[in-house]
Amino acid sequence: MVARTTPHHDERRTAPPEGGPRPPGAGLHGRVVSRIPLRLRRLGLPYMLILPAILLELLIHVVPMLVGVGMSFLRLTQLYIRNWTAAPFAGLSNYQVAVNFDSAVGASLLHSFFVTVVFTILAVGMSWLFGTAGAVLMQGAFRGRGLLRTLFLVPYALPVYAGVITWSFMLQRDTGLVNHVLVDQLHLFGGDRPFWLIGGNSFAAVVIVAVWKSWPFAFLILMAGLQNIDKDLYEASAIDGAGWWRQLRSVTLPMLRPVNQVLILVLFLWTFNDFNTPYVLFGNAAPQEADLISVHIYQSSFITWNFGSGSAMSVLLLLFLLLVTAVYLVATSRRKSDA
Amino acid sequence: MHEPRWLPWARWFGLGFLALFTLIPIYVMISSSVKPLRDVQNGFSWIPTTFTLRPFADIWKTVPLGTYFVNSLIVASISAVASVAVAIFAAYAVSRYRFPGRRVFTVTVLSTQMFPGILFLLPLFMIFVNLGNVTGVELYGSRLGLIITYLTFSLPFAIWMLVGYFDSIPRALDEAAKVDGSGPLGALFRVVIPAAVPGIVAVTIYAFMTAWGEVLFASVMTDDNTRTLAVGLRGYATLNDVYWNQVMAASLVVSIPVVVGFLLLQRYLVQGLTAGAVK
Amino acid sequence: MRIGKNVGYIAVAGALLAAASACGGEDTNAGGGGASNSAEAVTLTYWASNQGPSVDADKQILQPELDKFQQQTGIKVNVEVVPWADLLNRILAATTSGKGPDVVNIGNTWSASLQATGAFLPMDDTVLTGLGGKERFLGPSLAAAGAAGKPPVGVPIYGMTYGLYYNKKMFADAGIDKPPATWDELVADGKKLTKDGKWGLAVEGASVSENSHHAFIFGQQHGGDLFDASGKPQFDSPQNVAAIKQYLDLMAVHKIVNPSNAEYANGTEAVQDFVNGKAGMLMWQSIASNIKAAGVNEADFGLAPIPLPDPSSGGRQVNGMVAGINLSVFNYTKNKDAALKFVKFMTSPEEQKILNKTYGSLPTVTDGYDDPAFQTENIKAFQQILATTAAPLPQVPEESQFETLVGTAMNQLWADAASGKPITDATVKAKLTQANQQVQPGS
Repeated sequence: MVARTTPHHDERRTAPPEGGPRPPGAGLHGRVVSRIPLRLRRLGLPYMLILPAILLELLIHVVPMLVGVGMSFLRLTQLYIRNWTAAPFAGLSNYQVAVNFDSAVGASLLHSFFVTVVFTILAVGMSWLFGTAGAVLMQGAFRGRGLLRTLFLVPYALPVYAGVITWSFMLQRDTGLVNHVLVDQLHLFGGDRPFWLIGGNSFAAVVIVAVWKSWPFAFLILMAGLQNIDKDLYEASAIDGAGWWRQLRSVTLPMLRPVNQVLILVLFLWTFNDFNTPYVLFGNAAPQEADLISVHIYQSSFITWNFGSGSAMSVLLLLFLLLVTAVYLVATSRRKSDA
Repeated sequence: MHEPRWLPWARWFGLGFLALFTLIPIYVMISSSVKPLRDVQNGFSWIPTTFTLRPFADIWKTVPLGTYFVNSLIVASISAVASVAVAIFAAYAVSRYRFPGRRVFTVTVLSTQMFPGILFLLPLFMIFVNLGNVTGVELYGSRLGLIITYLTFSLPFAIWMLVGYFDSIPRALDEAAKVDGSGPLGALFRVVIPAAVPGIVAVTIYAFMTAWGEVLFASVMTDDNTRTLAVGLRGYATLNDVYWNQVMAASLVVSIPVVVGFLLLQRYLVQGLTAGAVK
Repeated sequence: MRIGKNVGYIAVAGALLAAASACGGEDTNAGGGGASNSAEAVTLTYWASNQGPSVDADKQILQPELDKFQQQTGIKVNVEVVPWADLLNRILAATTSGKGPDVVNIGNTWSASLQATGAFLPMDDTVLTGLGGKERFLGPSLAAAGAAGKPPVGVPIYGMTYGLYYNKKMFADAGIDKPPATWDELVADGKKLTKDGKWGLAVEGASVSENSHHAFIFGQQHGGDLFDASGKPQFDSPQNVAAIKQYLDLMAVHKIVNPSNAEYANGTEAVQDFVNGKAGMLMWQSIASNIKAAGVNEADFGLAPIPLPDPSSGGRQVNGMVAGINLSVFNYTKNKDAALKFVKFMTSPEEQKILNKTYGSLPTVTDGYDDPAFQTENIKAFQQILATTAAPLPQVPEESQFETLVGTAMNQLWADAASGKPITDATVKAKLTQANQQVQPGS
């Protein structure tokens, strides 16, 4: 049986608490010349290894984010952007405006939030499904495999703008390919050309474009993940009489779990925060039905230079995503240790 | 692996669907790029009625495509390589050492993926300008600023993925290397990195593409000389007209080197543990 | 020596980063605000919004003029043509950081919003006198350069307004002998033109700025104001509701607008439909360069004023918005004198003639019109509208919010109209009320 999924995790647990793999060679050669105690050195090494990453994260992500949080407590409008220190302290008023769902601002933010949640679930689900299907079906030798693999990565190689603008061209009502095929060639909709860039269909449009754009990434990551699965596991399960499905469920997917755990999470976060796709597809005023939150915040506050309010909305978003991520990580990690 | 009889059919069907889904927009790009603008605007047709290569000549005149392309290439390659280098060290530490703060580090790094770009665009910009004023190193408007920004954008995911890949490499292999007298970093370079090549290649591609396609930050942080393709391509949408045929021609032209790069890297992408020298 | 080795590896990483740094620094634009060498060769940085067929074309149009300026004054001007998509963000960045160009040109509808930031140099009477006096400038255009009662924060360089373009051949084929003078005539003509896949009128239904401009023009005709005397928004006043409904009814009720126009977002599609003969009329600013780019004959297209309301209706006799581009100087510039010299140069009669001729726009100074190029029928018609029946958008800091909110609300209303949903006073008012409530006071 191959129920034992991620062997390294078990190893991890049994590793000595202070961690470092013992270099047995050190004593043997007896060439320790450093004056720094071995233990301290070993303790310092991981920190030196992560130091560049920490510095970069602080500079680019953490500090600007903290500044952004600070902005959310200010009345930082166009009057004050030249001199932030003069912006009056707003307390929680930016937040109150955003979460007052009886007001137009709050209600539209909430609407946009729900649209984004549904969009994210659909887009991530389909991207993951397509990516997994693509990667799994690509296993095994067949003609044209290399060609297909490259082809699948092409949407990923196109600059985002190029891919999305092509879709917006295809989705135009009068001159687009989609209606050309559906209405002119397949004679659907009774000859009445549907809109894809405005109205209700625009939601479907943005989901499809987002999937087109992000499934190759899932494919890429899962394909690399599949390479790391020990082929012995398949042989062992085959000896146990497991068929293709059984192997998929008991070997492939469990072995991909660590990859999937991160992949799905980041796909979720990126899709939720995706700005480029809706912005290029719809311009700076998205249809209400496809009013994704990143463009909504950009439009309702940043375009009018009301940064206090925009930051407050962003912070609320951040809190939501933090919560989802925390729950997700706890849930998936527990499942992992149950396995 | 034993393959059931239906698998070739499923493969044909599944991959065929994915290929079609992928290909149709690409076909639209190709066919539109060889049509005169008027034909493109007048409604879609599968086969161009008038074939022209003019758009491929015009793209260089409408926007300084060459400059944008070189900028993107420089920014994306350097930030990808640097990001993977930084991530390899960090991931190795996380994968192979238990140290206080490890969990905080990984979780914090991952949580940076939650920041909406627009929340830290303006603060980051201010930091760059102020750093420039203090140190004289111009980050705003320079490629350096973009490189640092993008390398950090791809860092969290790169670290997490590499931790995953490194974790799946049996520790016994590092131990063996250490018995041979390599230090911990020797084990990293001689054992872990070679064994993790597919993962590293995948992450490099990811980091490259992150920088290649980013629009929001590039639109604020670049000027005439440093503008990248991702924002530069918007130059084909002018006040007069959207030059659809040129947008598509330009997109194709700039994507060719990237696709060729993918092709070259493919070999490494699918070279797994068993194929390497590890077994 | 294991430690040494480790440090070595880390040094490799460091070197990579250093290599990255080396690649970035070399060719940064020195940024006008930063680089000023008082006495010798002053260099100005000028951000020009994209006016011509492309960014590159603009550069080629502007460069000879900048060379001329350098010959005359010794001041070098580095121009960067900023695409519209980036312009607001770039100006924001410059405003926030005090690092950016010395001189910038922008759409005049942003004037009051930018004035509120204090980023631009007020052009008080002393400054204007230096430019040849206030009187030289076209009144309406100068009025659109900042809030009333305050010195303007820029001077107009390219003037424009709205007019009604019509396709002469389509009109003749439909048996119409002159452009419509009233709205009833426009609707009637539109109905005659709407047949065989062709339409009476083209609109850019998903363009926030076009929508908001029309909301303003129609609103004026109904006697509506977007902001009351105290500066409070009143987008949903009965007059504004009626105005916007009248505009939407062109599609929803009269059916002289192709429903597909509801998804036109990039600011060029309605023009293309018109220029390519898919629609017979278009309410737009100058389309001279589109006509040239499309390779069609300008004489095929006539220009008339947009119909005015019946004087007895109580509306204002306004049928155009004072559109155009202003030239502003950033407050933080260390080259104020040079920057003002440049402004003076750009508003000189010679440059006004050369540039406005090229761009198909109107000179903004009275002494710029004595050129045969501005005596054509179309230019004279625009000139007449701008001088007599055009009004500037409200010059309040919340103006940019008006454009965004009302423009977006109208996008949705066009979408409703296109899909056959009823457009009533109530539905229009509901959307406008929502827009109104979202205005966050700027001051």
